[in-house]
Amino acid sequence: MIHQYKLNGCNIVLDTYSGAVHVVDDLAYDIIANYEDHAPEQIAAMVLEKYPDVPEQDVYETIGDVDQLKKNGQLFTEDTYKDLSFDLRKRKTYIKALCLNVAHTCNLSCEYCFASQGKYHGARAIMSYEVGKRAIDFLLENCGFHKNLDVDFFGGEPLMDWKVVKQLVAYARGKEKECGKTFRFTLTTNGMLLKDEVIDFLNKEMHNVVLSLDGRKEVHDRLRKTVNGKGSYDFIVPKFQDFVKKRGDKEYYVRGTFTHNNVDFTNDIFHMADLGFDRLSMEPVICDPKEPYALKQEDLPEIYRQYEILAKEMLKREEKGHGFIFYHYMLDLTEGPCIHKRISGCGSGTEYLAVTPWGELFPCHQFVGDESYSMGNIWDGITKPELQNEFKQVNCYSKPECQDCWAKLYCSGGCPANALHATGSLNGNFEFSCDIFRKRIECAIMIKVVESMRAMENDKQAVNK
Amino acid sequence: MKRIVSLNTMDLRESAKHGGHGECQTSCQSACKTSCGVANQKCAEPASR
Ligand code: SF4
Ligand code: SF4
Repeated sequence: MIHQYKLNGCNIVLDTYSGAVHVVDDLAYDIIANYEDHAPEQIAAMVLEKYPDVPEQDVYETIGDVDQLKKNGQLFTEDTYKDLSFDLRKRKTYIKALCLNVAHTCNLSCEYCFASQGKYHGARAIMSYEVGKRAIDFLLENCGFHKNLDVDFFGGEPLMDWKVVKQLVAYARGKEKECGKTFRFTLTTNGMLLKDEVIDFLNKEMHNVVLSLDGRKEVHDRLRKTVNGKGSYDFIVPKFQDFVKKRGDKEYYVRGTFTHNNVDFTNDIFHMADLGFDRLSMEPVICDPKEPYALKQEDLPEIYRQYEILAKEMLKREEKGHGFIFYHYMLDLTEGPCIHKRISGCGSGTEYLAVTPWGELFPCHQFVGDESYSMGNIWDGITKPELQNEFKQVNCYSKPECQDCWAKLYCSGGCPANALHATGSLNGNFEFSCDIFRKRIECAIMIKVVESMRAMENDKQAVNK
Repeated sequence: MKRIVSLNTMDLRESAKHGGHGECQTSCQSACKTSCGVANQKCAEPASR
């Protein structure tokens, strides 16, 4: 399977199963588009009519190049992963990551919060040290061969349970040597409770920190309000700036959510960049389609345009020496994830579980509160293996709609939580998300293409000097 | 090749032979929390392939 598209002056051809990426001129682009369905003479006749100035020899040469790429396994590569995907579905999985919902409560009341202001449709609750400790032990008991264990402090607002977070980090660190494991911690915060002591601790212990900010003040304040209805922008931005200054080169993301209210979300991303943040993420809101701020199908063309604007602007800023990272445009073409990872799905319910403040287990944070997805608890373990099995089965090879999707090895089959909420089935497809996903990959690869071309150009100049 | 430039990419079929240690982060962690997507994930042990 291949996918070809034109973007920002680049003609790009992707080969799905090998992962190869080619940049071609218009002639080669048309040849590739017709290659599978036409004989070489037919292709030649077609392109010669369209490009009368191109010598015939060139046309045949290019067809020969395409033959060669196909032979080399870089174009029109066959799918050889079906069996592997079947094996992966049968594999024994171990837990390698926990999302600890340490606080089902929040000091902001953001209207769009999928966790309904941190409460996850239940009562407010805070995780005790005892429960957290047991969760860490549960992870250690069930992690099998995994050496790197990830623990996310999430909520609600995890800093509302700050003391316990600190204690749990100390507890887990104390276990690392004895168990031969390494913990990587992540914490997501709205910033309201950031102060020096917290900042220093997070910078020391957290592998990654996610700071929630939606962008421009009016956008942020419109939905991210304190409990008495005031916007939170003015209060948190200086704290985030201070935090990031002290963060050094460690990982962090300033993460926003865009809604129907700010479909021009690139302005929010640029605003964040102008505030001095250089690791950014911006997610489309996930909510009930009946909400006034829900993204709508008719927003899609504008969303596409925005992703293109973003990609082009990032390239510009990078050239001027003040580039920034956008989470969804990060793409490692040379050392990215292996095929196993690409076809085994997100890991929810199998390698990744969420723990509530009272120790109940759910497939991931997005399922918390949905009792039909309660999988067990940290004392008795998984009590519904059949549910876990369902999660093991979902990936881009099990979902009918993914079969013909060129992006499947970048995507892995989408978010089961989204699928469930949009279609009622884990194996369903939320087309809207798919469309956005594919657009982002097209943009991300275009950026890689331009960067590679720039690098080749520089090399050439260096040689000529 | 005159009209086609191939970027330097990993061959996914090769990774079928060596990958799968699972030391990398689960996909939805960190910055996103609302969608899958593995393309932007890092391999935790690139040297072993
Ligand atoms: S983008 Fe959609 S169709 Fe394509 S692999 Fe992902 S979930 Fe499947
Ligand atoms: S991709 Fe979806 S189902 Fe998977 S962990 Fe993320 S939110 Fe949960």
